Amino acid sequence: MTSPHRLITASPHLGVPDSTPKIMWSVVGSLVPVIATATWIFGPSVPLVLLAATAGAILTERAFGRRGSLGDGSAAITGVLLGLSLPAGLPLWMAFVGGAFGIGFGKVIFGGLGQNAFNPALLGRAFLQAAFPVAMTTWPARTGSWWTLAGDNLAWPFASPLVVDALTGATPLGLMKFEQVPTGLWDLAVGTTGGSIGETAGVVILVCGGYLALRNYLDWRIPAGIFLTVAILAALLQAVDGVRYAGPMAMLFSGGLMLGAMYMATDMVTSPVTHVGSWIFGMGIGVLVVIIRYWGGLAEGVMYAILLMNSLVPFINRATQPRAFGARTRLQP
Amino acid sequence: MPRRPRFRHGVHPPDLKELTAGIPIRRMPFPKKIVLPLRQHAGNPAKAIVRPGDHVERGDKVGEADGYISSPIHASAAGTVEEVGLWPHPDGSYATAVRIAVEPYSAQAPRPRIIPDWPGLSREELIEAVRQAGVVGLGGAAFPTHVKLAPPKDATIDVLVVNGCECEPFLTADHRTMVEYPERVFTGIRIMMQCLGVDRAMIGVEKNKADAIAALEAARPDDIYVTVHPLTVKYPQGAEKMLISSLLNRDVPSGKLPMHVGVIVQNVASVATIAEVFETGLPLIERIVTVTGYGVRQPANLIVPVGTKTSDLIEACGGLTPDAKEVVFGGPMMGAAVANLDAPVLKGTTGVVVLTDDDCRPAESYPCIKCGHCIDACPVFINPQLLGSLALVERYQEMDDHHLADCMLCGCCSYTCPSNIPLSQLFQAAKAALRKSKAA
Repeated sequence: MTSPHRLITASPHLGVPDSTPKIMWSVVGSLVPVIATATWIFGPSVPLVLLAATAGAILTERAFGRRGSLGDGSAAITGVLLGLSLPAGLPLWMAFVGGAFGIGFGKVIFGGLGQNAFNPALLGRAFLQAAFPVAMTTWPARTGSWWTLAGDNLAWPFASPLVVDALTGATPLGLMKFEQVPTGLWDLAVGTTGGSIGETAGVVILVCGGYLALRNYLDWRIPAGIFLTVAILAALLQAVDGVRYAGPMAMLFSGGLMLGAMYMATDMVTSPVTHVGSWIFGMGIGVLVVIIRYWGGLAEGVMYAILLMNSLVPFINRATQPRAFGARTRLQP
Repeated sequence: MPRRPRFRHGVHPPDLKELTAGIPIRRMPFPKKIVLPLRQHAGNPAKAIVRPGDHVERGDKVGEADGYISSPIHASAAGTVEEVGLWPHPDGSYATAVRIAVEPYSAQAPRPRIIPDWPGLSREELIEAVRQAGVVGLGGAAFPTHVKLAPPKDATIDVLVVNGCECEPFLTADHRTMVEYPERVFTGIRIMMQCLGVDRAMIGVEKNKADAIAALEAARPDDIYVTVHPLTVKYPQGAEKMLISSLLNRDVPSGKLPMHVGVIVQNVASVATIAEVFETGLPLIERIVTVTGYGVRQPANLIVPVGTKTSDLIEACGGLTPDAKEVVFGGPMMGAAVANLDAPVLKGTTGVVVLTDDDCRPAESYPCIKCGHCIDACPVFINPQLLGSLALVERYQEMDDHHLADCMLCGCCSYTCPSNIPLSQLFQAAKAALRKSKAA
């Protein structure tokens, strides 16, 4: 009695219901509240910038990536996360270029999903920061109707900005760093401050990331390591000079820290595989963020902190290998 | 405070035991044909001692043990030897087997004792009787039991651990054995304790088998030091090293055996079988098999003559459902799919699980996203993520350096992998390649 339809596979014959595409699309889905909040704060520019960045990412993946790799959702994540890390008033073509660069040079060139060393979204952002420093640090002040597009969204590629004298605001970190003006904690937490699209609503990001952590789709040790390190260092420094250095809560809820810690640093591909490694990685990012923010030339340091730690991941992995069961045990003579 | 009985890491697959956990064991009718492969145990295959045309009674020896680590094979039904030749083996190969046409009108009545009763036997006589009865480990690996009962002189054994975890999903044969034959379990423990010269025995049972724990506690004798330990429900609780860690907090060193930390582990079905062998006087010719899964119409726990063809066994359980997809020997975590339903039940066959389309893992796999879930799952604390990437480029020697030998192919890594990478299968292949290169 044989049957030609019988399946012969290797054990185990059962598996968890999770799959890589499910994890990736869950991450995208969990960002919906963040996007909604950002749209509420910054207006219709937000979906436009996000769409432009995601289009850049997805079209590049489609053109150069492996066949069928769009379905795994990783290109969409890169696009959305990149979009969330951009200023609302950025010309759309720049967002598109950033998404294309992130996927092309941040992922596909390494061999696609799972092979890249650096977070593709952050690499795209770093490229934009280097290529268009002015546009990347122009934070549109919210004026007039909610329907007004922020800044120069519709600028033609390589053309002069349409609105030269747009009203711009400053970010809380910039205010603190260059003018020693602190921002209220409430404004920081709910996001009614200047800054990139997705970095302002700290509480919403915390809740959405927490949901992913509960489902074990992100390693909570990484954001925990970042938050603890930044908070402790900030508290110590504030005790030294309360005017120059912002306190722990202001540090946690300002700039890209929330988005970076919850969504960028926890990218599975570019973070360590072991628990101990995750703690080291998170704490390393925390230290670098504090150093760059307080003593570096930039107001914001999360992006470079994560990219720097990304480069150390292979070493962290190597140093934190699990020790085989019974490898330490010595027999009694 | 006593330590919570547990081991670290592992996974929580669905239980799926409810299909058969409440169904009493019943005897299946004798099939028309019995196929007894000579390779049913670890070690050398047995050597056939019958020829076509020979008449055999139930319990007659048809294969003689070949060397010390080997085991004899006995006829599980009265009949006539048809042929000694190649036949599909559950492992996928063709292996030499004794085929017996079962006498349709034979009463299959038990014969006078072949194995003597045990009281009064010396340690050596007991072990020899166990050897003659062809008893092997019934938990799946089928290691000859008489070898385990006579550990080398330099190993001092102080505890007998009886493994009643049955941590594989679907399987309930051990569970029902403990519920229905607790006295046999304790008689078997007595015999084994006498063989090993130990005065301490522990039974580990996963907590999801409350009725088994209650039945064992009720039957537990007071004159020997034996205790029943409810254990955390987690796969692979029933792996020897994990079980010893849970019960005794002893870590078996990498590359060593339980006996090196003073422990002998025996599966509860093997223990009950030892008692049964001395009780009935018949050698190991039948065993309890769980036939289950959503692909079989009437899941059951059956007393099955060793050598029953899979097709006959499934027929005795109402046949396959139309969506039956994969027939697995053993549990779904470590069991092997069988291609040919002519393959017979062996001494080490714990269960036959028929999976449907819905149960089977999807076929497509994705690149590794380095989530680290396999590292969190691995109960022997090796790095499946690293080993998997080495296996894909066939760097087997490096895998050896990274403790591949400690991998027991429990399948936790593959089970938990969201990218559906067949890690366990890769490691099995790597182990085979390393064995080959070491032999060469």
